[in-house]
Amino acid sequence: MTVGIIGYGAFVPRRRIRLEEIAAVWGADADSYRRGLQLHEKSVPGKDEDTITMSVEAARRAFVRSGGVDPAEVGAVYVGSESHPYAVKPSGTIVGEALGINPEVHIADLEFACKAGTEGMYLAQSLVKAGEVKYALGIGADTSQGAPGDALEYSAAAGAAAFLFGADEERILAEVVATYSWTTDTPDFWRRAYMHYPRHGSRFTGEPAYFRHITNSARGIMEKAGLEPEDFAFAVFHQPNGKFPIRVGKRLGFTMEQLETGWLSPWLGNTYSGASPMGLTAILDVARPGDLILLTSFGSGAGSDSFVFRVTERLPKVQELAPLTRVQLDNDKIHVSYGEYAKLRGKIRMAE
Amino acid sequence: MRDVAIIGVGMIPWGELWEKPLRTIWAEAAVAALEDAGVDTVDLITVGCMSPGLFVGQEHLASMVADQIGMAGVPAARVESACASGGLALRNGFAEVASGLADLVLVTGVEKMTDVDGADATFALGTAADQEYEGFHGITFPGLYAMMARVHMARHGTTVRQMAAVAAKNHANGLLNPNAQYHLKVTVDDVLASTMVADPLHLLDCSPITDGAAALVLAPVDRARDLAGGRPVVKITGSGMATDSIALADREDLGRLRAVQLAAERAYAMAGRKPSDIHVAEVHDCFSIAEIMVTEELGFFPPGEGGPAAENGLTALGGRIPVNPSGGLKSKGHPVGATGVAQVAEIVTQLRGEAGQRQVQGASIGLAQNMGGSGGSSIVHILEVAS
Amino acid sequence: MISPARSWREAPQRYRLEAAKCTGCGRVCYPPRVVCPSCRGRDFEHVVLPREGNVVTHTVVRVPPQGFVEQSPLTIALVQLKDGTRLMVQMADVADPETVHAGMPVRLEFRRINSDGEAGVIYYGHKAVPA
Repeated sequence: MTVGIIGYGAFVPRRRIRLEEIAAVWGADADSYRRGLQLHEKSVPGKDEDTITMSVEAARRAFVRSGGVDPAEVGAVYVGSESHPYAVKPSGTIVGEALGINPEVHIADLEFACKAGTEGMYLAQSLVKAGEVKYALGIGADTSQGAPGDALEYSAAAGAAAFLFGADEERILAEVVATYSWTTDTPDFWRRAYMHYPRHGSRFTGEPAYFRHITNSARGIMEKAGLEPEDFAFAVFHQPNGKFPIRVGKRLGFTMEQLETGWLSPWLGNTYSGASPMGLTAILDVARPGDLILLTSFGSGAGSDSFVFRVTERLPKVQELAPLTRVQLDNDKIHVSYGEYAKLRGKIRMAE
Repeated sequence: MRDVAIIGVGMIPWGELWEKPLRTIWAEAAVAALEDAGVDTVDLITVGCMSPGLFVGQEHLASMVADQIGMAGVPAARVESACASGGLALRNGFAEVASGLADLVLVTGVEKMTDVDGADATFALGTAADQEYEGFHGITFPGLYAMMARVHMARHGTTVRQMAAVAAKNHANGLLNPNAQYHLKVTVDDVLASTMVADPLHLLDCSPITDGAAALVLAPVDRARDLAGGRPVVKITGSGMATDSIALADREDLGRLRAVQLAAERAYAMAGRKPSDIHVAEVHDCFSIAEIMVTEELGFFPPGEGGPAAENGLTALGGRIPVNPSGGLKSKGHPVGATGVAQVAEIVTQLRGEAGQRQVQGASIGLAQNMGGSGGSSIVHILEVAS
Repeated sequence: MISPARSWREAPQRYRLEAAKCTGCGRVCYPPRVVCPSCRGRDFEHVVLPREGNVVTHTVVRVPPQGFVEQSPLTIALVQLKDGTRLMVQMADVADPETVHAGMPVRLEFRRINSDGEAGVIYYGHKAVPA
């Protein structure tokens, strides 16, 4: 049975904060961050945007591109995020309710640092493939927070991507050619219960964590599928900053032409569970029939999920039906000051 | 139906009455009205009060206050129609006397608003709007009137200066009213320089938070003549009430206050009067734009002419139709449940010729218009000196 | 504050914009009603409101009510949707409130409206964003 993406959508909040705005507050060298991490600005969620709201909007766009899938026929919803609005109470049930999917549906919230989104995609496509459900929705969304003054504050951003999977041949936009996961126990980044901000292992997050997992996962899936880097039209890797995804891509043998379409982080920041999935939406926005796409996520802790997709004849017919990711990223931006950012992100202690 | 007169008026100084609880300010106004009327008992007490539960945590209010003046045993009822609760208390009392169910009725209005902070007061007042579908989104009363103001401005060319002129005029009148909360000279420029509360309404376009009470004593006209002691007998010749949707989304025309128009029509019809017969009016200027819209709905001015009329002094003391000689809600204060009763107290005082410096000379027919929420209810009374 | 039961009960309207259309006169009631205010009909069909419309009138609330302080100033609009239904909503993502005007095209997006403090239930619904 052929399973594939039958609808996809992304949501990018309109607010942005420039790197210089953050650096100025902490007396940091903005230029070194820009050069070192290749970051210019990042998205900032409004006070009224969270993982749930962005998931709903991204998923609505996925339905628009699905050619009329009835939400009630969706049998599974997975929302991957490390910033679920409730510590206890699912995000997915609200998303399902808003989309009109409930109640005959299996819903779960997932968390695995920055790879919770691809986990949801993995589960969704697996259940469709197994014949357990007709359609399944996998969403990656985050409104992540870096501690004030920490390096993460320059990148932790907000956004969402949603993918509807199904096996209706006539609906498939990009078929799932292969999947592969590579997982170890590597404590490079964590957030303990009741803590506001995550902690990380600084440079330990690099080679033993990000690079090792992505490299092994990407090589693993290419070997499994019998493909080489040059076979792909596009590749997208987890993008915690601007630098890492390009470095790992080149190390694996990909070219800038293959990487740049899904490379959103210099202007978006790190949307955590949404990061590589949003890159995939930007690729799907422009991909042509027959194109092969490699997606490899990374979640601290640590693991990498990989997917190979092959674009069908149908994709170009639906690309323009919903807002394109790059268009959202490049237009209608509202730049905020650090003061507004602190207010929006709940960093100001309010009256009790 | 019997003719009904107002034989007693009780007003107290309004303001932030930190030293006094609700029961005390109510009793002071009630006693003043009973003394003014020269009676020591009544058949019924009506109490207009919007939200004692939210403002002071007290319900079952009518029984409590009746007891405060030694009238436990007398029937007493609290009525509520948001900021029109006072007008409704009068209308209910009027119906009791007119029908013969009661002879003497003590009509009162009260609100003690300063025992909660500004946010809690805003919330309590906000419950007069559609909480589930409008308040839910964060709209406030200034916001609702601001939305109506924009429609009125776009349709008629009403200006922020015209709105400010209403506030300036009412503050000028309030300077002449010893019971008013504010004795301030306010200019149009002062209003426009004040803090923006909900665009295009400034702080000085809005009525304040006030503690206050007011009371009236009603009697059949025949009895009133006996008790008048040479003072003019003022009777209620018209009483009209109407409702409208409280959700602005359900209003057909946001530039109109249909409940005011309907209530006025009914009151004019009962009294056999027309707008041009009115010598003096107290209207519900909870926001400056409200007075402009209300004076149009009452037929004092054609639609769109309310703003220019205020700006050109037509509604000032000495103008064509003096509006809010008491200072209005704006300057006298707006203890919501008391407002409708105090408006009528002012008209009675005017028709008796006892208004001192703010007296409208020769006034013998007056009108009081009270309004709930953003126009979800309105009550209009017409009062005349009995011949 | 809004109880969990109330929030839950209102989910069809808040989350999915479900409304009732009078089969007699065609008036759309949002939220649904028992009696049509236009013709007093009692029969309704289930409809979902469109998410596109235009601003009818608006204000910027600069003295916010409880629970909205962190969102202030609040740009709030009365919006007429494509089917003629009107509803009160906050405007979101407005860089400059001065740019909001009657007739401005908007579309409704799913947003967080408020919450019962830091520990209570979160209320979701729709806000209007510039189209």
